[in-house]
Amino acid sequence: MAESVPVAHEAHPHHGEMSFWSKYVFSTDHKIIAMQYMFTGMFMGLIGGFFAYAFRMQLAFPGVPVPGYGLVGPNAYNALVTNHGTIMIFWVAMPVLIAAFGNYLIPLMLGCDDMVFPRLNRLSYQIFLLSAIVLLISFFVPGGAFGGAWTAYPPLSAKAQYNLTPYGSSIWLVAVALEFVAFLLGGINFITTAMNSRAPGMKMYDVPIVVWMIVIASILFMASVGPLIAGAVMLFMDQNIGTAFFDPARGGDPVLWQHLFWFFGHPEVYVVLLPAIGIVADVITVFARKKLFAYRTVLYTAFGTGVLSFTVWAHHQFVAGIDPRMANVFTITTLLISVPIAEMLFVYIATLYGGSISLTTPMLWALAFIAEFLIGGVTGIFLGASGSDIYFHDTYFVLAHFHYTFFPIAIIGAFAGITYWFPKMFGRMLDETLGKIHFWGTIIPFNLVFIPLFVLGMAGQHRRIYNFQNFPDLAHPWMQDLRVLATVSLCVMLAFQFVFFFNFIKSLRSGKKAGDNPWKANTLEWTAPSPPPHGNFAELPTVYRGPYEYGTPGRDKDYWPQNEPA
Amino acid sequence: MIERYVTSASTFSGDIDFVITLIFVLVGFWFLVSEGIFFWLIFRFRKKDGQASEYITGEKKSEKRWITIPHLLVLVCDVFIVVAAVRVWYNVKQDLPPAQQTVRAIAQQWAWTFVHPGPDGKIDTADDIRSVDELHLQVDTLYHYKLEARDVLHSFSVPVFRLKQDAIPGRVITGWFEPTKTGEYDVQCTEIRGIGHGIMGARVFIETPEQHMAWMNRNSPGSVAAVEATTPVVLAATTPRVEE
Repeated sequence: MAESVPVAHEAHPHHGEMSFWSKYVFSTDHKIIAMQYMFTGMFMGLIGGFFAYAFRMQLAFPGVPVPGYGLVGPNAYNALVTNHGTIMIFWVAMPVLIAAFGNYLIPLMLGCDDMVFPRLNRLSYQIFLLSAIVLLISFFVPGGAFGGAWTAYPPLSAKAQYNLTPYGSSIWLVAVALEFVAFLLGGINFITTAMNSRAPGMKMYDVPIVVWMIVIASILFMASVGPLIAGAVMLFMDQNIGTAFFDPARGGDPVLWQHLFWFFGHPEVYVVLLPAIGIVADVITVFARKKLFAYRTVLYTAFGTGVLSFTVWAHHQFVAGIDPRMANVFTITTLLISVPIAEMLFVYIATLYGGSISLTTPMLWALAFIAEFLIGGVTGIFLGASGSDIYFHDTYFVLAHFHYTFFPIAIIGAFAGITYWFPKMFGRMLDETLGKIHFWGTIIPFNLVFIPLFVLGMAGQHRRIYNFQNFPDLAHPWMQDLRVLATVSLCVMLAFQFVFFFNFIKSLRSGKKAGDNPWKANTLEWTAPSPPPHGNFAELPTVYRGPYEYGTPGRDKDYWPQNEPA
Repeated sequence: MIERYVTSASTFSGDIDFVITLIFVLVGFWFLVSEGIFFWLIFRFRKKDGQASEYITGEKKSEKRWITIPHLLVLVCDVFIVVAAVRVWYNVKQDLPPAQQTVRAIAQQWAWTFVHPGPDGKIDTADDIRSVDELHLQVDTLYHYKLEARDVLHSFSVPVFRLKQDAIPGRVITGWFEPTKTGEYDVQCTEIRGIGHGIMGARVFIETPEQHMAWMNRNSPGSVAAVEATTPVVLAATTPRVEE
């Protein structure tokens, strides 16, 4: 590991003029790779959002052709739902939160010139891009895209005679496996860089929370993904060469897949949660002009959450046919994990006390994260407790619950980060008025999409059904009205995203020049020029203090950059 | 809370509703307190000219107790919830009270086949009554269900009973319920199972002893009506399946 730092310098010994291709396409610059991840993630987000629009329209207006898509049949419905989930988690949340922010922020916040393994970094993005293309190809093969839910439970996912997507299901599996390879490469890079390339003087407790969180998330990902990759190989062989790992008729066991999947799948929730919660820490401290309340506690709760997250997976399987005694153990571990997460949110709320809060667009997003994620957190208790999960399992209550966690993570958290670091990334300020229109136009409809779905879930509406008219107890007019409300709200929310893209492009061309440090923040990325050149800093910074020294008594400025000598 | 939306029709549905209400009250309290303090802080500490922010590290004991005390209280609430949830879970899923009747539920893409005991009251005998997508039960009778799947995973869910159990090919899973209210309700399949997943809904008919007897007489394998009623349905349900 020690030799790896010189390698980073070798990879780009001179930071001179480069051709378009080597500068933007085959670049090893961490900032360009971050942009590649971010724009690919946004593009996939548009596709995932379009899928949601198509299947929500079918639920609100069953059997009516959807404008811009056409008629949604049962197989198309399953494929849309499956790929909406897969895309939003693996091709939006992960690339934007971990890869884009990780790549952009880690070297800049640690005060070094690039990642430790820049060429590995480039390879990681290229494999990721390939995985996205492979996934999209599955929509154009005979039989169409995979429709067995993002959890891909066998035997449905294992045999074409059951799922009727002979090619789609294998292509889906290959795409997911490639995505894992990309993030394994990226994760190695993040961890190694954070351990080895910190600026002189930067101790472990001087590292900004967002960097810590991305590193912890990478460790969680690397430790949990192994069993699922093994499972994916077994499932691929079951699909294509007739093995029977998951086929009960020939000695296999379909429940094995569920364990392998959720052993990864539950830590994965925290893999995307932690970077978002890290972004929020950095944003609220800057705009409340406050030192983060109990920095070390935040770190310990993050580690605690990470360790506990490996012991909760079977709460997804309470009624799946596991030994019912196991549910008692997993109920306890699952409810225990509410403690560090609650503590983390308490810390953030406590940070606001005594602050001087300006409600800029990034701050609004960060505060919205706390307010909305709390709903996702408390509704999780109903599902983690075995007794109530018997009723709620696989209903819309579950769906609304995890959208109240994933939406704050992948959308609200990401917008907090993008609006906060946009001036650094592109050297210009985003328009605040448009930013606030976009914020309220996203947050209000978001709640109007998912609160009705909580109610439908309590009324027993189960998931992954393309038309509820076949269930008399679910076909009441008031229930249909709630489905229409959710769908209309979704359309409004999606429409407001164009305000963001308009703001993005307008500000990129004609936004106010940002200067190096428009938010008066402490962390090292704000000492580099905006946007930072290849190599980041004219002179590599030295660190004298922690990242959250705001409002320090006895100083005329209310901030104290990490690199400013005492 | 749940009875407002879905009838409560088994001996344990009220217990499950109680756990849900308990959690609702406990987490609802924390939710309101947290959001209340959160919004109050935002309004209270809005930026004002000439007023600097305070410097609070949160590392001192006197400061830290503002989060350690709530966090211990959360832990106490968790204990209450665990105890309530595990008690109900034990009753519904771990314990198996002796059966008065047994029914078999067989899931396949995309239909439920229910096997009811005939007039002899026993299952797996010549007078069994088979039906597709219709489960007929007698009220106030403790049933064991034996759950099987022919092809992929399915899930046997009866919202009015608050009961849900996945069916796994190659296994027979036994559980119990006791209906307490007559009527006709949905049986759902809550595990995604391919193209026909959204098309199939079954119904459960909870009948008084007299109604149940009448249904049994109409449908016993000997009676002409039964043959006419069930045969075409069984064929229709099995045709879309592609067997190996």
